[in-house]
Amino acid sequence: MLTDVIVSILLIGGAFMSLAAGIGLLRFPDLLSRMHAATKPQVLGLLLVLAALAVETGSWLLLPVLFLCWLFQLLTSPVSALMVGRTGYRTRHLRRELLTLDELDDVVERAIVDQAERQRPAGADGADAGVQDGPGGSAGAAR
Amino acid sequence: MSRQKFSLVTDIPLIIWLTLVWSALWQDFGPGTLIPGFIIAIVVVNFFYLPPVGLSGRFNVLSLIAFSGRFLVDLVTASFEVFWLAISKGPDLRNAVVAVRLRTRSDLILTATGHVTSLVPGSFVLEVDRGSSTLYLHCLNIVTPKDADAVRASVLRSEAGLIRIMGTRKELDELRAEESTP
Amino acid sequence: MTIVIYVVQSILALAVMLALYRAVVGPSILDRALALDVVLAIISAALVLTMIVNHHLDHLILLVVISLVGFIGSVAVARFLTDRG
Repeated sequence: MLTDVIVSILLIGGAFMSLAAGIGLLRFPDLLSRMHAATKPQVLGLLLVLAALAVETGSWLLLPVLFLCWLFQLLTSPVSALMVGRTGYRTRHLRRELLTLDELDDVVERAIVDQAERQRPAGADGADAGVQDGPGGSAGAAR
Repeated sequence: MSRQKFSLVTDIPLIIWLTLVWSALWQDFGPGTLIPGFIIAIVVVNFFYLPPVGLSGRFNVLSLIAFSGRFLVDLVTASFEVFWLAISKGPDLRNAVVAVRLRTRSDLILTATGHVTSLVPGSFVLEVDRGSSTLYLHCLNIVTPKDADAVRASVLRSEAGLIRIMGTRKELDELRAEESTP
Repeated sequence: MTIVIYVVQSILALAVMLALYRAVVGPSILDRALALDVVLAIISAALVLTMIVNHHLDHLILLVVISLVGFIGSVAVARFLTDRG
């Protein structure tokens, strides 16, 4: 009886996180704010649902593999968020009027200008190469 | 590719981890699973090698437990905050891109801080500058400069937690010195 | 318990419809990739629900595979867009 109650609460909580992500996807104004909504079912929702499964089964041997499921999600979802966010920022899928503060803009602009100046004396015709790599060749966390 | 000979000291944590992953996937921790897993882990580590990760050599389990607890609390509160924002503010949301300069020089702690920040809803990493250990975060609902300062402080706090878990002795000493002189 | 399962099912169905709406409407390809990521997360929640209802553990490995496939999918879309400029 008690396990049923706990399982129900955890399941409803997990489903609620998915619903929150759906509402967030629907209502947030631009790509980058929608990405915040997407993190919830992937992290907290999965945790709650897996906890429900663990309580329902009640076997200790199951815990490592459930933890592993969650850990894979923890390790992969920030990396894909970084890749999508980075691409979204660079390809201008961002509504700048929604930002109250943008400390990355100057850095990216400067990097593009720097690269253009470095290439001009050498006579390189890489006019479109500037946008690819931003502040100091920075794919650090993606590796 | 130059690679030093198989060295047990640096590879042992990875081998133990891979053995545990193997056993967890089979859901069986008997010797019949652990020993083949160990052999496969050694083969994998030797044939599919990764760039070496600079481990500091210390690992504090107590700090890890404290950090995980705080991470879970942050996760739950931030999830509900973002949910509330989606309902109450919706399309009229104001965001910001905030630069946070970290203290650490280590790639591992930089990556871990970025992961923790991205996992908690409300902020995620948009760009990393490895040279100066700077994270560029996209944060929800930042209106005044004070909000941005709060985000910076919280990121630096999770970095401090990670340094306590697995930073080098030098970084830990610097952190303690910084905390004693506010 | 049966009522709870119906409630959870309908919440998940609503959530997946909202995410699919964004995947259909979404102005850019990145929005679609993101929405489909959320759909995958909801699918894994639904898989856990079926495991709880039917008392078995057969889909456990699917959860691991889904998280890895979702990762590869969105990274591939993002890389494709970056490379095109």
